[in-house]
Amino acid sequence: MKKYIIKRILVSILILFFVAFCIYALMRCLPHSYVETIARQKSMQPNSKSYEEWLAQLNAAYNLDKNIVPGFFGWLGNAIRLDFGDSWSWTVPVTQKFSDVIWLSFVMGVISFVLELIIAIPLGVVAATHQYSKLDYVISLIALAGISLPTFFFASLLKLVFSVKLGWFELYGLVGRYYNQLDSWGQFLDKAHHLVLPITTLVVLSIGSLMRYTRTNMLEVLSSDYVRTARAKGLPEKDVIFKHAFRNTLIPLVTIVGGSLPGLFSGALITETLYGLPGIGFTSYQSMTQGDIPFSMFYMVFLSMLTLVGNLITDILYAVVDPRVRLA
Amino acid sequence: MTENNKYDVEKNVQVEENETYSLNDDRRVKVLSPGAMVAKRFFRNRIAVVGLSILVAMFLFSFVGGVISPYNEKQFFYRYDQRIKEIAGAKENTDFRYLIKDADRFTSIVQATAVLNINKGESQFTMTGNKSPYHINQTAEGLYEISVDGHVIGAVCKSILSLDGETADYDLNYNALKAFLSDQKTFVLDGVNYEVDETGGLLRDGKEIGYVSSYVVSPIGAVSDFSRDFKEELQYFLETNDEAGNFKRNGENEKTQFVYKNPTSGEEETYIVSFNAADSRWVIKRYQAEYVYDLYSAPSKEHWLGTEGNGMDMLTRLMYGGRVSLVIGFIVVFIETSLGIVMGGISGYFGGAVDFLIMRIVDIMFCIPSTPILIIIGAAMDALGVDPTIRMIYLMLILGFLGWPGIAHMVRGQILSLREQEFMTAAEATGLSAKRRIFKHLVPNVMPQLIVSATMGLGSAILVEATLSFLGLGVRFPFASWGNIINGVNDTYVLTTYLWVWIPAGICILLTVLAFNLVGDGLRDAFDPKMKR
Repeated sequence: MKKYIIKRILVSILILFFVAFCIYALMRCLPHSYVETIARQKSMQPNSKSYEEWLAQLNAAYNLDKNIVPGFFGWLGNAIRLDFGDSWSWTVPVTQKFSDVIWLSFVMGVISFVLELIIAIPLGVVAATHQYSKLDYVISLIALAGISLPTFFFASLLKLVFSVKLGWFELYGLVGRYYNQLDSWGQFLDKAHHLVLPITTLVVLSIGSLMRYTRTNMLEVLSSDYVRTARAKGLPEKDVIFKHAFRNTLIPLVTIVGGSLPGLFSGALITETLYGLPGIGFTSYQSMTQGDIPFSMFYMVFLSMLTLVGNLITDILYAVVDPRVRLA
Repeated sequence: MTENNKYDVEKNVQVEENETYSLNDDRRVKVLSPGAMVAKRFFRNRIAVVGLSILVAMFLFSFVGGVISPYNEKQFFYRYDQRIKEIAGAKENTDFRYLIKDADRFTSIVQATAVLNINKGESQFTMTGNKSPYHINQTAEGLYEISVDGHVIGAVCKSILSLDGETADYDLNYNALKAFLSDQKTFVLDGVNYEVDETGGLLRDGKEIGYVSSYVVSPIGAVSDFSRDFKEELQYFLETNDEAGNFKRNGENEKTQFVYKNPTSGEEETYIVSFNAADSRWVIKRYQAEYVYDLYSAPSKEHWLGTEGNGMDMLTRLMYGGRVSLVIGFIVVFIETSLGIVMGGISGYFGGAVDFLIMRIVDIMFCIPSTPILIIIGAAMDALGVDPTIRMIYLMLILGFLGWPGIAHMVRGQILSLREQEFMTAAEATGLSAKRRIFKHLVPNVMPQLIVSATMGLGSAILVEATLSFLGLGVRFPFASWGNIINGVNDTYVLTTYLWVWIPAGICILLTVLAFNLVGDGLRDAFDPKMKR
């Protein structure tokens, strides 16, 4: 087990190295117009150096004057020391901006994740135990509709109904107009109020896949021999489902839920952008559209890292939860 | 036809008539091909059939609809819009205007002093620095001649003479005004006969060359000048309404309609006249029909779903947008499936180092976050100003390239278990080439899973494309796609007011993706031989 985990971690680091290189290469292939814009601005100032000189200086400052490979190792050397450089569009160190915005995304992620679990798993169980009934069809259809809904369309609908027609919530932003005049409890409530629609969006769009996953696994368990045995020996249906079937369904569920824990830090890019919430997703969206290479680079490597950690957790949990699985 | 065959046919007919088979006759058992079994199971699934019908409807809508629709994808619509436009300002001349004969002596300070004294009712005044008095001689009602030392230096009057295309000198000006303001309607100047008629028209030898009036009508904007007839009508209108007190002078603008019948065209033109008390000026406005883009017009008989922000027909845009979205979806899925089959097939069949290499590439591709990559590339293409058509091709290639690892992974997993089976040993024993063994014997066995994942993949490709286009980073104007049609909702005013601009496209996306998922689900169940239903 220990050996397996160490091996997996080493492989993950290797993969992360290559992923980071791919992303770096891609970023370097882009026209780095942001640097040119800054250089042009600086050269416009009175008594300034020429545009070419500024460009050369900025390129040198951002390691853009080297080839891709030495440039990447320069970036990597700093990144290992957790120095991801200064963000171009936010004009602060990348890590500082990151720590400013990550917590909002994390809070949103946690709340919607908990709601997702509370809603999706029972629905999945109900759908599986009532397979081919009307209830099953309705739940499955709702789940599929949630998967098929485009985020932006659903968010727009929510805004239209709840912000415009009913006037319950505001269209954009995290804080209201009078935020600064409120006491700390009022500020908390204000923020919570602004997060209702975004979290609703996230939950509705994400319950579908988890619900379907629960349903599939539950069906598989329900068709297994030991469930038939449990029924044959005359156990009440409630016991069959919750003591025998559901506990075994938890094996794949726990692994996938554990694996998606790191994803709570990844932020919801589209949702945050639509609601104008200053989380990691919105911040990086702005950075990416403005050509802010240090921040985008950091964000993408961060996302890859989260994916790898998630996969690792899934695999480890798989072995931990299910004693039948032996890891080589 | 040979005798034998004829006999067979006759026998068959006979058997069908009798409907009796022996118990061990194979024909008693109805045999369905595997494909027919799948189809039968699929069509028994009601939800999947609903999904399929939605898909068929969407395809008809997108591909046939575009042909039937009377409009074109890139056709703009226009409408006449009535807009009030200020076309003239009119002012009754209540200030004295100066007619200057001797500019050296009738200086501005003399002019001002003269007006001051006229208002006081004096008949002469003096200026410091000049001993001789200035005489004010009223020659007609409201016309004063100023003279000094027996020389006429200028005149002061409230009315104005405007000539058609020429400037009047002092004498003509003075005499015309005098004739207009006094009873004597004719005068002779330089041996030419002039006449001023009742309405103020100035005639030289019976030909009209200008007119005198106490109103100044100055055009605003595109109109260069008005006909005299118009000005006279307007003046009459202003005078009568002014006397009747129709214009409120308390600063509030009362709108009064002025109808002018154009003598040349015979058309009636309606103007809106309001009085601005602040600078005692009338403003003449007119409803002008302007030919504008037919933006955001509500659903109507011509445009069933209204028009959108560029003045294009919404329904037609939706049809063409559906084409683009569906075609992009298909091409993306085609690219990712073919890449996935090839890579997964090679990896699964050969195993070893090749497998290791391909699977590590798959691992890396899995880890690369696709949404940020697409956004960055989209933003970069924006910066480079890539042509919309080329942009669309890039989009398909990139989406296809980002999607293959999942399929490769699945194909590899299936092939790993399939290649150990007996039919593969048989295929190897018959000496088939590796290429043939992979693509003729292994891949067809993965087909069910491939079809299911391709169907689901179509839905997600459409969704990704729509999201990118919504962010303005995917398909660009002038091409329509369902995503970039909804893009208009970024404008809060559109979100709240013009529902027909974004709701239909959203419903199209939702229905199509949902239908692909339903059909995918139905196919998976139908392909699964364990399924009891």
